[in-house]
Amino acid sequence: MSAATPFALLANATSLPWADVPAWPVADFVRATAAEISRGARLSSLFGVPEGDDVQLVAVLAFDSDSTLAVGRSTPFKGGYPALTATHAQAHLFEREIWEQHGLTPEGHPWLKPVRRSAGNAPANAEFFRVDGGEIHEVAVGPIHAGVIEPGHFRFQCAGEEVLHLEIALGYQHRGIEEALAGGPHRATLIQMETIAGDTTIAHATAHASLMEALAQTEAPLLAQWLRAIALELERLANHTGDLGALANDVAFLPTSSACGKLRGDFLNLTALICGNRFGRGLVRPGGCRHNLDSVRAAQMIGTLTTALADTEQAASWLWDAASVRSRFENVGTVFQAQAAEIGLVGPAARACGLVRDVRYDHPAGWHRFAHSSVAVWPGGDVFARARVRSLEIQRSGEFLREQLATPPEGAFFSDLAAPAPDTLAVALVEGWRGEVCHVALTDAAGRFRRYKITDPSFHNWTGMTLALRGTAISDFPICNKSFNLSYCGFDL
Amino acid sequence: MFILDTLAHRLKHGCETMDYPKGPAPALPDRHGGALKVDASKCADGCTACVPVCPTQAIIRLPGKPVSLDLGRCVFCAACVEVCPEHAITQTGDHRMAVRRREDLVLGGAGHEQVRLADALDAKLRKLFGRSLRLRQVSAGGCGACEADTNVLGTIGWDLGRFGIQFVASPRHADGLLVTGCVSNNMELAVKKAWDAVPDPKIVIAVGACAIAGGPFVGHPEIHNGAASIVPVDLFIPGCPPHPLTILDGLLRLLDRLEETRKK
Repeated sequence: MSAATPFALLANATSLPWADVPAWPVADFVRATAAEISRGARLSSLFGVPEGDDVQLVAVLAFDSDSTLAVGRSTPFKGGYPALTATHAQAHLFEREIWEQHGLTPEGHPWLKPVRRSAGNAPANAEFFRVDGGEIHEVAVGPIHAGVIEPGHFRFQCAGEEVLHLEIALGYQHRGIEEALAGGPHRATLIQMETIAGDTTIAHATAHASLMEALAQTEAPLLAQWLRAIALELERLANHTGDLGALANDVAFLPTSSACGKLRGDFLNLTALICGNRFGRGLVRPGGCRHNLDSVRAAQMIGTLTTALADTEQAASWLWDAASVRSRFENVGTVFQAQAAEIGLVGPAARACGLVRDVRYDHPAGWHRFAHSSVAVWPGGDVFARARVRSLEIQRSGEFLREQLATPPEGAFFSDLAAPAPDTLAVALVEGWRGEVCHVALTDAAGRFRRYKITDPSFHNWTGMTLALRGTAISDFPICNKSFNLSYCGFDL
Repeated sequence: MFILDTLAHRLKHGCETMDYPKGPAPALPDRHGGALKVDASKCADGCTACVPVCPTQAIIRLPGKPVSLDLGRCVFCAACVEVCPEHAITQTGDHRMAVRRREDLVLGGAGHEQVRLADALDAKLRKLFGRSLRLRQVSAGGCGACEADTNVLGTIGWDLGRFGIQFVASPRHADGLLVTGCVSNNMELAVKKAWDAVPDPKIVIAVGACAIAGGPFVGHPEIHNGAASIVPVDLFIPGCPPHPLTILDGLLRLLDRLEETRKK
């Protein structure tokens, strides 16, 4: 499928000279990108690169079944251009972002408004979509929510209990991460990569480190790749287990809730066993890893894992066994497969719609070139399916870890990295626990970052949440929200 | 049958809540390192090896002055510990780090080698909050990790409720705010509104390097460098994120619920 594309092809976690990225006048660029999406490519990222007073648009496409990525760009321009969103909905947030960051107007975009721009002391949210009528009421929630949770604003249009439309306004967590990367890497860059989304530290740090290695035309030692793969699955285990517990809690099913709350901590503590920090801070470094998992620690990890996995399996089985839980999960918050494909859903939320889509399998890089686990898919697209996919992934991550921990590779776990190549574009995808983490870096003539684009899986998936709520009772919002459990800070950057 | 299963599980596991603070504190992960200690008298003349390696510019050394490390800004990466040729900066393994005054987190001067741990609230506030503290958590421009490890205190292993400490939904039901995140410009209004809505007398607890000093994002034009620039802070709990034990220690210290420091 990708063979005949006019885009430049590259594999995950590799780089190519900026000059080799084909450029077209913007109308042709939009047409070419639309054509590729129409025949099955997925829009991993779309962003602008300033060029003097003008801007070039860059598209990163993923051909999942061919295990290849493709990049193309427009020639520099300013002003307006025909919106890709008009024909391909998965571009809609990217084009809002381009409009906000570069002042380019995607003409024909149906809902052009700010993404995270500030209006001083709050985000510039602009007008919300409104449904009119005497029976309609509007519910506004946030930015501060009821629990210990990140901020965001939800605006519901309801007829009685039924949600007709949900609009989500974010940007409250905007810390200026992409802006700060210009001219980098700086000394704060790594810790900022680790805190793009605090629960996805390993995935984002691995994507960043892989980029730096691709820009230096090398890769990390095998032992480091193995360590990153171990830590990535521990991150997945902790978060998926926490999510199952949180889902149980939201339907007042306390046995699973309390068991999973504790088990999540057990998995976090295994990450701390490697690097001292429960979220994996300080483990992944460009060039390798900062700590090793010696045989004593590995044995300790296998012991704890075995018990914790058995307990998690049991706690999850209570969920499937209880009719009261099933009746709350089934046919609630459904996203149909065609919708999921259209909006470019990623991660467990996509796999719960029956889409076979997993970076570890589709675009293997690092250790995943040598070790696979099968993709966990479940049809249905409802809360139940999203819970089931998580539970399947817990089993598969567990198997992966037990297999891998028994056979560590030998050698060094760090090697010094050469300086990044100048005028080079690199792309790295990592399957974080929420889905595809995408980092793209473009260097200038001195090898510093000219542009660095981060796409957290939540950037793709928040739209899925709004679709899940359509026609659903507003009282089901909490379990729908938990079933996606998306990141606010990962979106807000 | 999940009903029999869950009962059997409960009987088998028994009470899973830790003994702390009556018993010993659970051990920190051995690679965690705990609080830092700075013995500036060991520094070689003019040595500034630790200054450029700090990702958050928490370490400064002015000519002729001792080195100064701000534990409030620190993300505990230990790069300074590794690079120091004289072992002047060391890890103590101690989970206790909470302080009442911002300057008590600045290490390095003579007599200021370690953090000056927090005193309890005054008698009047202790009487009000000592056995029942309701907090409204406000997440304001961080990464979500401080929130996650604050949430952990509600799980069965920690059971924060046994101390009478509870997170509530409405600031009007709260005795204070627990702020995480550096306070992004976009959260400034929300933080102010939440603070205004809490009835007097009220307290503010800043959890994590972001809420204390901007953390990894210090100096960005999109943020304020911590909660104290918006609201008065009564307790600072360092970390990136702080270990749950560090947060719990801070809360109990403030309420005078720790045996080791108990006021009579």
